[in-house]
Amino acid sequence: MAGDVVLATEGLTKEFKGFVAVKDVSLKVARGSIHALIGPNGAGKSTCFNLLTKFIEPTRGRIVYNGQDITGGKPAQIARLGLVRSFQISAVFGHLTALENVRVALQRALGTSFHFWRSDRSLAALNERALELLNEVGLGEWHDRPAVELPYGRKRALEIATTLALDPEMMLLDEPMAGMGHEDIDRVSALIRRVAQNRTVLMVEHNMKVVASLSDRITVLARGEVLAEGPYEEVSREAAVIQAYMGSTHQGELRGRSH
Amino acid sequence: MAAESALSTTAAGGGDRNAERTFAIGFAIMLGFFVLSPLAIYPIFLMKVMCFALFACAYNLLLGYVGLVSFGHAAFLGAAGYVAAHSAKVWGFPPELAILAGTASSAVLGAVFGWLAIRRQGIYFAMITLALAQMLYFFCLQAKFTGGEDGIQAVPRGHLFGLIDLAQTMNLYWVVLAIFAFGFLVIYRTIHSPFGQVLKAIRENEPRAVSLGYQVERYKLLAFVLSAALSGLAGSTKAILFQLATLTDVYWAMSGEVILMTLLGGLGTVFGPVVGAFIIIGAQNYLAKYGSWVTIIQGFIFVVCVLAFRRGVVGELGRYLRRSL
Repeated sequence: MAGDVVLATEGLTKEFKGFVAVKDVSLKVARGSIHALIGPNGAGKSTCFNLLTKFIEPTRGRIVYNGQDITGGKPAQIARLGLVRSFQISAVFGHLTALENVRVALQRALGTSFHFWRSDRSLAALNERALELLNEVGLGEWHDRPAVELPYGRKRALEIATTLALDPEMMLLDEPMAGMGHEDIDRVSALIRRVAQNRTVLMVEHNMKVVASLSDRITVLARGEVLAEGPYEEVSREAAVIQAYMGSTHQGELRGRSH
Repeated sequence: MAAESALSTTAAGGGDRNAERTFAIGFAIMLGFFVLSPLAIYPIFLMKVMCFALFACAYNLLLGYVGLVSFGHAAFLGAAGYVAAHSAKVWGFPPELAILAGTASSAVLGAVFGWLAIRRQGIYFAMITLALAQMLYFFCLQAKFTGGEDGIQAVPRGHLFGLIDLAQTMNLYWVVLAIFAFGFLVIYRTIHSPFGQVLKAIRENEPRAVSLGYQVERYKLLAFVLSAALSGLAGSTKAILFQLATLTDVYWAMSGEVILMTLLGGLGTVFGPVVGAFIIIGAQNYLAKYGSWVTIIQGFIFVVCVLAFRRGVVGELGRYLRRSL
């Protein structure tokens, strides 16, 4: 793995009234890796995610992406720098078709997105690329269905296709497997592994099997602080980590590979 | 592959021939109706319906396609009316320039209101638009040139382009129809444009649109300005039509009425607001003899609408025909 760091935080802290959700988190994500952020409920994973993508403002600390300080950036700017996130609940545009969902992401590059006088036929030029992306996630035959009608696992696949349309350098996936059945998990895991081949992925995930099989490195958060960081095999043996998980999950579940 | 061959015919938006044909048929029916109906229906009433239909369509652009609830749209209808009336009566503007001046003022007003309100979401957005519109109402009540309670009366209709005498009812009728058709087509094009696609994405899932790199405030602001300008077009046309600009058009009840028209006709349908305007204006005109009962009847219609056909008249029809109207 290249030692090169794509995303780093220094002393990242978020305080809500009388409560510290994220405390002094310093994180380094290596370029080209799949990095997982895990931790028991309320550990601050989602807050951390929202901080990284600027959906909430940090109280203190710095975020550096590709050597550029993005602490003061706006969420839409962050996305345009190539740092694109997904959401915990599947984020699709429900009443647009699957094809239109992907095309909305593609059309920004055309630079005509403010052209209210232009026919949307001009977007048809993007249909081929959109369909390619849908085929890539196995949704080709669903292209003309409104996203709201897709089964849950397919929605997540659509979300990934939409994200891929931006060809992001780094993808942040917020619990990509939440609420999924077994077959869906296998399919989406395979999909994430495939799309991560030439980009960096940072994900929050509860399913330890998925974390164990996908991630190169993991960071464990507990009560807003970094508890441990390293390859899965090492970190999952650390006493402090097992301790943090007691009560919220079994040790066996944490050590997903032993199943 | 099968999916690819189907693409040319079924992909919605961006070249959906079926939807385009449905729209063309609907538009032809609507235009045909307005061309023929003066033979049977009082033209002044029809012109009033068209003005309010355009107003409701402009409102629907915001509520139905961006999901923004404005509770201050009367400001754009009324302010444009005052500007058009004042410029025609006092400055002697020809009608086309008076209407243009009214529309432009509402666009500017929309930019200011929008800029202030769009940073807030949901109910706060609605409250800010209401507050700003009420401020404008008090301005219109107090300012000298608006004539206070009397409004601006006896506005000359003038000659369009110095040629067409608008004092002739049927001349005026074709002009109002042309303005209505123009505004309606502008809205249709906006909805079915690359910009419209982004608006729909924002309506469906705003945080996701942000995460795809769209600066959603800018898109919302442009939609707001377009909606305000087209409301202004309706308001100026109405002022020339009735030769009058009054406080009624800037009052908050008017903002409520346009919501009613939009919901009754069918939120997020292209033709719905036209039908909604027809029903509400029709009820007001033909039930006028029942006095203040009109409001109660309107309320009753609204309750029935919410309970029985939530998608509105056109929305339900569209569902029945499985077409997007």
